[in-house]
Amino acid sequence: MRQHRRYDLRNHHYEGEEGALIPLLQRAQQEDGYLRRERLVAIHRRTGIPLAHIYGVATFYAQFRLKPVGKHLLRVCHGTACHVSGAVELSQAIEKHLGAAAGETTADGQYSIETVSCLGCCSLAPVMMIDQDTYGNLSPSNAIKVLKKRQKEERP
Amino acid sequence: MTRLIVGLGTCGIAAGAEETFRSLAAKLAGRPGLEVGRTGCIGMCYQEPLVEVRNADGARYLYGRVTPDRVDRVLDEHVGQGRPVDEWLVWTDRGGGSDQAFLDRQRRIVLRNCGVIDPESIDEYLAAGGYQALEKVLAGIEPDALIATIIESGLRGRGGAGFPTGVKWRYAREAPGDRKFIVCNADEGDPGAFMDRSVLESDPHSVLEGMILAGYAVGADHGYVYVRAEYPKAIERLTIAIRQAEERGFLGASILGSRHSFHVRLKEGAGAFVCGEETALIASIEGKRGMPRVRPPFPAVKGLWGAPTSINNVETLANVPWIVLHGASAFSALGTEKSKGTKVFAMAGRVRHGGLVEVPMGITIREIVHDICGGIRDGRKFKAVQMGGPSGGCISSELEATLIDYESITRTGAIMGSGGLVVMDDTTCMVDVARFFLEFTQRESCGKCTFCRIGTKRMLEILTRITEGEGKEDDLPLLEELADRVRQSSLCGLGQTAPNPVLTTLKYFRSEYEAHIANRKCPAHHCQKLLTYTITDDCSGCMLCLKACPAHAISGERKKVHVIDQARCTVCGECYRVCNLGAIRRE
Repeated sequence: MRQHRRYDLRNHHYEGEEGALIPLLQRAQQEDGYLRRERLVAIHRRTGIPLAHIYGVATFYAQFRLKPVGKHLLRVCHGTACHVSGAVELSQAIEKHLGAAAGETTADGQYSIETVSCLGCCSLAPVMMIDQDTYGNLSPSNAIKVLKKRQKEERP
Repeated sequence: MTRLIVGLGTCGIAAGAEETFRSLAAKLAGRPGLEVGRTGCIGMCYQEPLVEVRNADGARYLYGRVTPDRVDRVLDEHVGQGRPVDEWLVWTDRGGGSDQAFLDRQRRIVLRNCGVIDPESIDEYLAAGGYQALEKVLAGIEPDALIATIIESGLRGRGGAGFPTGVKWRYAREAPGDRKFIVCNADEGDPGAFMDRSVLESDPHSVLEGMILAGYAVGADHGYVYVRAEYPKAIERLTIAIRQAEERGFLGASILGSRHSFHVRLKEGAGAFVCGEETALIASIEGKRGMPRVRPPFPAVKGLWGAPTSINNVETLANVPWIVLHGASAFSALGTEKSKGTKVFAMAGRVRHGGLVEVPMGITIREIVHDICGGIRDGRKFKAVQMGGPSGGCISSELEATLIDYESITRTGAIMGSGGLVVMDDTTCMVDVARFFLEFTQRESCGKCTFCRIGTKRMLEILTRITEGEGKEDDLPLLEELADRVRQSSLCGLGQTAPNPVLTTLKYFRSEYEAHIANRKCPAHHCQKLLTYTITDDCSGCMLCLKACPAHAISGERKKVHVIDQARCTVCGECYRVCNLGAIRRE
């Protein structure tokens, strides 16, 4: 049943198959963590949408990743409110602490750092999100404290 | 029945409201006459987590910052002894509370149910008068009469452009075509704006009801809600609401036994700001790269899959049921001559009371910032408000008497926009703010138009150069020339409005640009490359800064003056923040 739902394109859209491409890519990424080439080829075979078109869509939208990510995703909000409340300094401290820049993954594969436009928690600025946990009202030093605490807990 | 209601919007959850909810639920389990409830966003984001005690007689008491450790006292004193905890009381409908002005000075139409009802319960929405507008219309108001009501009310699109909603519906109704669509634009991309997210999280049914009414007016039987993927809570609650409305017969084939049918599907965005533009949004729903196209034909004539499509913003649609129930004149009685009704603002930045504020059009910037939101944080000086996100501009505090309506805001050089209002104080560098927005638009430009793609890039380079102390004398005229070209030569709103943040800051804060260029100084002490931190002789050697420095650039012994190694210093300012003696000099 699940298998059926996954590829039932009419389930997402009323019209044609083309409109289903983005939901299909979203599901593929949700399952694999990123868009694997084999998955893109499978979508191409299944729907007949040219691979170049699929690649075009996958690279247009910021949500899609063509490379695997670390075990944890750390997102630093760079919305307007966070920006005027010190998001740049926050990012610098985090990147320095983890030894990886925004858009990169740490050498041990634990953390991927991303900067995002707005997480919508503007009144808690500046904000960072680690996986599903949101941390607000941060200064560079207490962000590092949060990270150190998590890293300590994650160590076996 | 006394109810304890926890605000569980995204802001509340981030502040720990789920822990509070669990703690309350555990403590109230098995206690008769007491119930824990949930609601969406109350709007007082700065006081989260918020808990409302709704007494058996209906009296409402709102408590702020109710972390799990505060739960016991609220239960003992308020619930047990009937004595409200004045210390933490932020608002009550009996008059009182520390932040009474914040709620009492608002006029809530769009937010009428936000923070009042449980967003996951259709019964609570129905009890609050929900779907009565739909019943009223289906009982005997013709589509043309409904459109006339909306035109008469003066409702204009709340997404930013301010096009009259009823007129848009009439275009779509009159456009030839068997199939028509309604699209709810919930791709709230402006950084600093979270009104639509809050409405979807707190009162999703009002948006659905607005869509069904729009469908009836236009003659469309299918609708899409295009939501940002970054809003998981809104997507979750909207999904629940759609299912509930289908079960009760408000959505689906022949609604409430009428001949009108309406189906709604959710469509998650994939992280492209430009998809807030309507033709790009259509391309995205169709599964393509979200690139805008030339208008006309407007979507009302030729939209989704070539069919007439009315695209309306979340807030616009949430207004519709209220207008139908209360009448066009009740709505048009609020506001100014050309801007009717209310507007929801997401207040953020350096303001004391950040959150959601709904006010009648025509009040002043000063009233919102000072009277409702309590002025500037930490007693600092009010410098500017940024309205309209990357398409808008910075309005100097000298213009705080400006009325909030579409025309007055446009005259300042900013735009009303979707409602993000970021307040800035004297620590905010306006050149840096302009650079920040250009960085955003440059990144989000879809690349179709040359001037938007390359022009914004060149503007960003110039602004970056200025904030790094490398500005040249002729940079400002060059910026203005580029701004003019980008505005004139771009196809869609993104490019046409991208120069606004630069033009408005140049208009009101030109001297700041000049200080960066001529003196290599940032008057707001913000631009890092123009700053140096040194330790003065006032240092007592407490080692606080030494420990706080994330770059390990400070050396020194206890009780001796510390020294910052300029080569290692990342100019993060952490030492400046932690020093209790003011012994760190920043210049």
